[in-house]
Amino acid sequence: MQQRTSEPNTKFVRGGSNRSSPSSMLGRPLNIIALIIALLVTLPLFALVAIAASGTTDSLSKLVHTVLPTATQTTLLLLLGVGVLTAVIGTMCAWLVSFFDFPGRKVFSWALMLPLAVPTYIAAYSFVEYFSFTGPLQEVIRAVGGYKSIKEYWFPEIRSLPGTIFTLSMVLYPYVYISVRALFHFQSARLIESARVLGMRQFPIFLRVLLPLARPAIVLGVTLAMMETINDIGAIEYLGIQTLTFSIFSVWLNQNDIAGAAQLALILLLIVFLLVSLERWARRGRSFVEHRMASSKTSYKKMELKGQSGWVAAFACVLPITIGFGIPMTVLGDYTIAYYPYGFDDNLLEALITSLALASAAAIITVFLALLLTYAVRESKSGLIAVIVRIASVGYAVPGTIIALGIFLPIAMFDNFVDGIFRQAFGISTGLLITGSGATIIYAYTVRFMAMAEGSLDGGFKKIPQQLDSAARSLGRTTTGTLFEVLLPLLRPAVATAALLVFVDSIKELSATIMLRPFGINTLATYVYEYASRARIEEAGFASLIIVATGVIPVILITKTALDGD
Amino acid sequence: MRKSIATKSTLMAAAAFSMAGLVASSSAFAAEVNIYSYRQADLIAPLLDAFTKETGITTNVLFLNKGLVDRVKAEGENSPVDVIFTVDIGRLSGAKANGITQPVKSETIDANIPTEYRDPEGHWFGLTTRGRVVYASVDRVAQDTITYEELADPKWKGKICTRSGQHQYNIALFASMIAHHGEAEAEKWLTGLKNNLARKPDGNDRAQAKGIFSGECDLGLGNTYYVGLMQTNEKKPEQKEWAKSMKILFPNNEGRGTHVNISGMALAKNAPHKTEALKLMEFLSSGAAQKIYGEQVFEYPIKPGVEPSDIVKGFGKIKPDTLSLNEIAKFRKKASELVDKVGYNNGPSS
Repeated sequence: MQQRTSEPNTKFVRGGSNRSSPSSMLGRPLNIIALIIALLVTLPLFALVAIAASGTTDSLSKLVHTVLPTATQTTLLLLLGVGVLTAVIGTMCAWLVSFFDFPGRKVFSWALMLPLAVPTYIAAYSFVEYFSFTGPLQEVIRAVGGYKSIKEYWFPEIRSLPGTIFTLSMVLYPYVYISVRALFHFQSARLIESARVLGMRQFPIFLRVLLPLARPAIVLGVTLAMMETINDIGAIEYLGIQTLTFSIFSVWLNQNDIAGAAQLALILLLIVFLLVSLERWARRGRSFVEHRMASSKTSYKKMELKGQSGWVAAFACVLPITIGFGIPMTVLGDYTIAYYPYGFDDNLLEALITSLALASAAAIITVFLALLLTYAVRESKSGLIAVIVRIASVGYAVPGTIIALGIFLPIAMFDNFVDGIFRQAFGISTGLLITGSGATIIYAYTVRFMAMAEGSLDGGFKKIPQQLDSAARSLGRTTTGTLFEVLLPLLRPAVATAALLVFVDSIKELSATIMLRPFGINTLATYVYEYASRARIEEAGFASLIIVATGVIPVILITKTALDGD
Repeated sequence: MRKSIATKSTLMAAAAFSMAGLVASSSAFAAEVNIYSYRQADLIAPLLDAFTKETGITTNVLFLNKGLVDRVKAEGENSPVDVIFTVDIGRLSGAKANGITQPVKSETIDANIPTEYRDPEGHWFGLTTRGRVVYASVDRVAQDTITYEELADPKWKGKICTRSGQHQYNIALFASMIAHHGEAEAEKWLTGLKNNLARKPDGNDRAQAKGIFSGECDLGLGNTYYVGLMQTNEKKPEQKEWAKSMKILFPNNEGRGTHVNISGMALAKNAPHKTEALKLMEFLSSGAAQKIYGEQVFEYPIKPGVEPSDIVKGFGKIKPDTLSLNEIAKFRKKASELVDKVGYNNGPSS
């Protein structure tokens, strides 16, 4: 990257010449680079295929007759539930905040993103605390009703499929909210004006104009939420839901059949691949709309909701924030105070620094690689590159532990191979070069969160007319020159969003980190988990708060960048 | 702008790598032992501190609760791990079966740990035992004895709570049922138990005690030490209430005895600090260490003659099932498949 900063000095020299050999030469290397990146990102998946192929299909054939049908059904219902609920909450809030003015709107605009900072496992834990028999809500019910046993009254069980859908949706809806909000913000001013001039009322406008327009954004958000749902093991394990992911772990750890587990994971990946393809397909239609709309960024006057309807709108926004962010914060805050000064120690500070360093490195590397990938797709227009890049984003839906396994096995093999050569040739041992260094953690984050970065960058690229590339090229810019000097400045909001999303998710990432970290490396998430796994998360209340807080700042920044200061 | 991001990224990455590098390089010199542990680091800290105080050997602990075996396998001969700490016989025997352990011949250890709690070839050793017992409601359950077999009796319909059937503690118990009664009989039993469940299996063992407290269940399956943890939970006093609402029944105490599981240790196959590791293992089998460990985790010390903590004594007298742990390990896979087969985790069929 540093080399490229010297390019401005030479551009005048190149500026006069025609599109000569260097630029056309650079087209192909870009494809090769993209291919290498895609291969690196998919390496763990190939490793998974290799593991799956190494064993028999005994476990799988047994599972087909036992848990597989119900596990598949549970998984699909969970996905459907989370999909619908996040779509409804996210879209509704985005609509309200984008087109109306009501009490608190400015605060809701960014506060609706806050639940994104709460990891699913922390949400599960605090929801169980809050909604369970000994939680404050049921205590009030018992006090008011004079009940003693849970059998005397009805209360929905949070440890159930609907409870899990609720829990996950309350912290995942921001994915839908932010993408729909960004779309509304940039693109619909003129459309809605026209609709109004034509005499349409608010709700019909929403249903017949905005909803179809927002469809690709809704699908993008829902896909991210669903992928996060599939890869989750922490929350579903705690909530007692038997998904396919759960079965992967019981086959692997209880039946000692790593190949069977890998086969199951591949089936899961198939579902994911279909999801991703669906998402791409839904987004395909968007470029048309966007090109037409790109120039129509006129400011749109929001309709003021007065009196009761204003308060209803405010309540509709307060509710998800309160549940998705307020409840976890209350529970964690409660613990922090009750346990003070327990948990305020050097270990925590160390974990914080490690988390920040790892997440920053991962964010920068991932976004840089994703930038090259998405740009290669834009440049080459080759279907093959597009498919490869799509496969490269599947990692997001793979449970972290499984990704970790797919990373660890090949890299440790490489480490031992290098060590073997050095021992033979020079009589010295290099030990575990890569796996022993923690670099694999950053690698895992890159593999897992590539989809997030790609999604944002792809959206960003689509907003820039392709003619701009041609213009830059005809003025003598190289392929990389075009990317870094012409497109990058325009992509800044997308790059920032991508980097922050990867950063937040890296801070929250748990299962891959646990499996890959070397001695002495603790992140905030692993620190919390050591307590949580002993049902003593309360002692890590403060650490959990820090995880959430570390996520909150980027979340606010994302919102500000994506909405350009609105 | 671009430059600053590039610089920042380089710095950040460098920081992360060098931090990791320091940790890695420091491990080559000092007298130390590296431990991969299924048990959380702070749980074994008092034990390891005592070891360091006595021998001057420092310890590094890495908590790894999933994929430990595969990681060590992949690390191969460059693996940094010396000693593996784990709970559950399945994991210990799994470590041996996967070839990541090596045999230990130590007169000290063999004298301290009874033969039924160690691998005949010395690949693993038990350190503490814990019973898988029945938690029973003080108010709603009159009887003071019980058997595992009885849990399938329809008289308990809608009254029993357990954690996931795929949890290793339940798997080990179910495996012992297969060992005692054969697969067909065990399947019938497990189906009976499933039909008696009050709710879908979930939560941990403590959640079952909570279920008894809330009136959802009359009986729960749980390990002994959780009761100690709840009784002494000063930070979450409501758990003391949960513990008060239940009593411990030691199943089959009049017959073959209560199913027990172990926590244990193993020497890694490619242990780089073998001498220090052996010292640690011998220390852990000693009376002093057994006392500390037992008190810290509310489990039964494995060395004969070492008294459990007063709290554990308060649970009552346990008569451990003498079934060989190797038998249990053998039937684990079957047990896990059985759980899926009867649909245990789907809860009671209504």
